Amino acid sequence: MSDMHGNLRELYQEVIFDHNRQPRNFHPMPEADHQADGHNPLCGDQLTVFLRIENGVIEDASFVGHGCAISTASASLMTEAIKGKPVEEVEALFRDFHALLTDVPPERDFGKLVALAGVREFPARVKCATLAWHTLHNAIAGEHDPARTE
Amino acid sequence: MNATPHADLAPESLQVAGDFPILSRPVHGRRLAYLDNGATTQKPAAVIEAEARYYRESNANIHRGVHWLSQDATELYDSARQTVRALLNAAHVDEIVFTRGTTEAINLVAQSWGQASLGAGDEILLTTMEHHSNIVPWQLLCDRTGAVLKVVPVTDAGELELDAFDELLGERTRLFAVTHVSNALGTVNPLPMLIEKAHAAGALVLVDGAQAVAHQTVDVQALGCDFYAFSGHKLYGPTGIGALYARAELLAAMPPWQGGGDMIRTVSFERSTWADAPQRFEAGTPNIAGAIGLAAAIDYVQGIGLERIAAHERALLAYATEVTGAIPGVRIIGTARHKAGILSFLVDGIHPHDLGTILDTEGVAIRAGHHCAMPLMTRFGIPGTARASLAMYNDTADIDALVTAIHKAQEMFGTRSRPS
Repeated sequence: MSDMHGNLRELYQEVIFDHNRQPRNFHPMPEADHQADGHNPLCGDQLTVFLRIENGVIEDASFVGHGCAISTASASLMTEAIKGKPVEEVEALFRDFHALLTDVPPERDFGKLVALAGVREFPARVKCATLAWHTLHNAIAGEHDPARTE
Repeated sequence: MNATPHADLAPESLQVAGDFPILSRPVHGRRLAYLDNGATTQKPAAVIEAEARYYRESNANIHRGVHWLSQDATELYDSARQTVRALLNAAHVDEIVFTRGTTEAINLVAQSWGQASLGAGDEILLTTMEHHSNIVPWQLLCDRTGAVLKVVPVTDAGELELDAFDELLGERTRLFAVTHVSNALGTVNPLPMLIEKAHAAGALVLVDGAQAVAHQTVDVQALGCDFYAFSGHKLYGPTGIGALYARAELLAAMPPWQGGGDMIRTVSFERSTWADAPQRFEAGTPNIAGAIGLAAAIDYVQGIGLERIAAHERALLAYATEVTGAIPGVRIIGTARHKAGILSFLVDGIHPHDLGTILDTEGVAIRAGHHCAMPLMTRFGIPGTARASLAMYNDTADIDALVTAIHKAQEMFGTRSRPS
């Protein structure tokens, strides 16, 4: 049996607390050209992701909303990770990030996103960490229905 | 508020945990403090054994076989209905319809009585504190009939606004559907007065008893309600079984809502005729083992005594309210004068889901979220709460484990204020 208390420390790393207390890019973006809402009906987490995309590159990203520490920190870390990256690269990053949380992660540098790897041991919390990414995906695709994680 | 230990308040344990096999199972290496009884209760060995014994010794279909096993199964099933009748003190056993649970019981009333009785402009009165299962069936009914929903608001303490109730109750009100005990706040509603007023206005009353039957005695005749719904699994019984009580003359006039075997008198391609209640509302082979398990649960609960259980849980709730409420940063949601077994709360700076995960690693099982009562959460302007809900086997050790785990969460999140 795994050590749940060690797992808990892995889940709630200082990076997570930091981004929960002071989320980065946490504001609406009136000049956004892409945006989408995400909602996790099971826990009530709700957020909106704003993007400004130029020539296939995410020039700016922000979010607003409310949720648990994992979902807030994940959204905050995501906006940092995707700024300045081409859309295709960001979509690939989402796939790899999802694998990091649920499956065999590919060999790559996840940067600060690796702080969320502890979610693997808490299957009930995977949806908290992926809500922002599902919402991002919808924003890029121009989906108008709110993103859901299940 | 006094933050010292409250040993003077601590009630004695009922010493029944040993009857529940699952409670001796450690969780994450810790003693399990199961405080999610509002979601479902654990099962005593007597219930587990009754279901297993049925399958080992008596399994057969009911109401049709001439053989011995079928008669045995039929007698057990019919006797389970008598046990439910006695639990609710219904006047007659035919007033008890077995359902999958509270949700199905409410849907039955909506689709049978509601569909046949309501028309455009008729009003169904609900309250803000209803569980989704006592909201959505009525919305579906309104979509089909043109009836409209009216909603009694709640106060900041989580009590019904009685002046608003008086105003909303009108000549178009056909049904008042209300929870006995709020699953999210623990509020016990003043049913006798509400039912009397609703009846005086010419409305019927449906009571959602899901959070009540395991925690206090219920007497449907004394209450005077028209419908009473509950679930077996919140009463120490199996999942997938529950019951609807409905007054005999109402049931007699209600059309079937599902067709199939067991609910008919005669069938021909020209015309079929229906069995009397309750069979008319139990199409198909029912959850026989579930009904037998439920009866075993009721027998077990009656053996302990509902008055004794109610007194214990009342004392334990007072203890839990005191020691949890004394933690700096904890805010209790739902402070009605009359409450039962449920403590909903928020901890400053910690989302209920994070709290739920951390408490779980300490062996403390609570519910975090909106508790299937989203309109109520909206009313309080919160996305959800953490909820500790009590049962007869809980004791002060469970509450103390909850308090210790909340402290741990506050330490992790750096939100614990230390005395300087």
